Amino acid sequence: MISKYEVQETNKMIQESNLDIRTITMGINLMDCISDDMDKLCNNVYEKITRQAENLVVTGEQISKKYGIPIVNKRISVTPIALIGGATKANSYVPIAKVLDRAAKTVGVNFIGGFSALVHKGCSNADTVLIESIPEALDVTDFVCSSVNVGSTRTGINMDAVGRLGEIIKLTADRTKDRGSIGCAKLVVFCNAPEDNPFMAGAFHGVGEKDVVLNVGVSGPGVVKKALESVRGADFETLCEQVKRTAFKITRAGQMVAKEAAGILDVPFGIVDLSLAPTPAVGDSIAEIFEEMGLEKAGAPGTTAALALLNDSVKKGGVMASSYVGGLSGAFIPVSEDHAMIEAASCGALTLEKLEAMTCVCSVGLDMIAIPGSTSSKTISGMIADEMAIGMINAKTTAVRIIPVIGKEVGEQVEFGGLLGYAPIMRVNPYKCDDFIARGGRIPAPIHSFKN
Amino acid sequence: MKGIITVVGKDKVGIIGKVCTLLSEQEINILDISQTIVQGYFNMMMIVDLTNAKQSFAQVVDSLEKLGTEIGVSIKLQNEEIFDSMHRI
Repeated sequence: MISKYEVQETNKMIQESNLDIRTITMGINLMDCISDDMDKLCNNVYEKITRQAENLVVTGEQISKKYGIPIVNKRISVTPIALIGGATKANSYVPIAKVLDRAAKTVGVNFIGGFSALVHKGCSNADTVLIESIPEALDVTDFVCSSVNVGSTRTGINMDAVGRLGEIIKLTADRTKDRGSIGCAKLVVFCNAPEDNPFMAGAFHGVGEKDVVLNVGVSGPGVVKKALESVRGADFETLCEQVKRTAFKITRAGQMVAKEAAGILDVPFGIVDLSLAPTPAVGDSIAEIFEEMGLEKAGAPGTTAALALLNDSVKKGGVMASSYVGGLSGAFIPVSEDHAMIEAASCGALTLEKLEAMTCVCSVGLDMIAIPGSTSSKTISGMIADEMAIGMINAKTTAVRIIPVIGKEVGEQVEFGGLLGYAPIMRVNPYKCDDFIARGGRIPAPIHSFKN
Repeated sequence: MKGIITVVGKDKVGIIGKVCTLLSEQEINILDISQTIVQGYFNMMMIVDLTNAKQSFAQVVDSLEKLGTEIGVSIKLQNEEIFDSMHRI
């Protein structure tokens, strides 16, 4: 029988440490919506999304009430639109972005991901059209998220795409400059993108997935932080054990919600993503975990080691708790979405270079980082290339979501609002990489990709 | 279906009585009950069976919450499975 202590522990996690289910994300395959007529295609897409996800939001709310645990976001991911739009021969996919936005609003989700292209080896015509449509699509829609996979361990890095995306990011920033260049917060450049990631902005429904599937992202940095308070000063074995135990409990809650939601919606359960995802709220921060581990600020020497052990322990605890773990599964370090990271960046403890080093050992990459609007597109491409190289060589997912905030310089701040938070403008290395990026072509696959 | 009710708040006369009255009106059976008072704070946990409950689970959650507001304590009803899944392998 459940003891009072266990009931209290769970409820304290929810009430005091911000334990929540961060997102239930319905993945929807749009392949059967393809048409050579753009209007017909848009109608098909709208019809399928609104039919499949009709009850997603209300189901999330029902489950939340039944178990007394908040389910913060309900979202949708769809097949990469570059794969859907090709047959139309259109020279812009903005109409598809608009219909995705409209469908998202109809069913009441707060983000829809999948305005995406997979170009890790090369761009098809449709991929090019999609990439060129990104700035306008992210400007004229509210909830659409976009991602482009430009590299993988198996194929190397498509440097033509990396070069062009530096420019696309600048164009997106410019088009949304009256809103703090927020368009760029909805655009992720990936290496080794997972096909079942429930988290935004990088979610899309992979081509190897079922027609419709339900993925769940758990969260709970606050819970880990709170649990670590009880082992202050203890050695690393004790520290890692405590993270594992906590991750296990968090993930079990996620697994239960995922199964329940899948059952009610009559949709197969996909995966649980074990990521520790912060929010701007105090007590829901990854950087606070570092501080609890004994670092003065995130970014201090020791931060990479702290993140490595955190990420690894979360996985070890979570893997046993769920039958299918997937997505990104690790610790997220989005700067603008974590108040203690923001402080660390503002006081100079955390630099872009340190963040890049940290991405070698955690689940994503340079995430939600605001940089001066005057940064050149080539420099942005250089930053993307560095991050993609880390992913390619280490056979892990890496991502870049940086926001060149037009009209702002180092020392200023940008406010995105809501879950996206606010961020100080960080200093970028001023030396140029123009000639390197201008080479174009593809970086060949690394030697350890030849596993056959 | 089993549920766990937790009641937390400043101690006063009649908390258990009011909660139990509501449960009995709803045909909800109490399986286990434990209660402590620490420094004037009332802390109760009940395990209840909602198989024959007159209202839906969500409606009972709301009624209990409303009662809690009336008597100045926090009353929460949750499906037992969340605790089982988090604390049992």
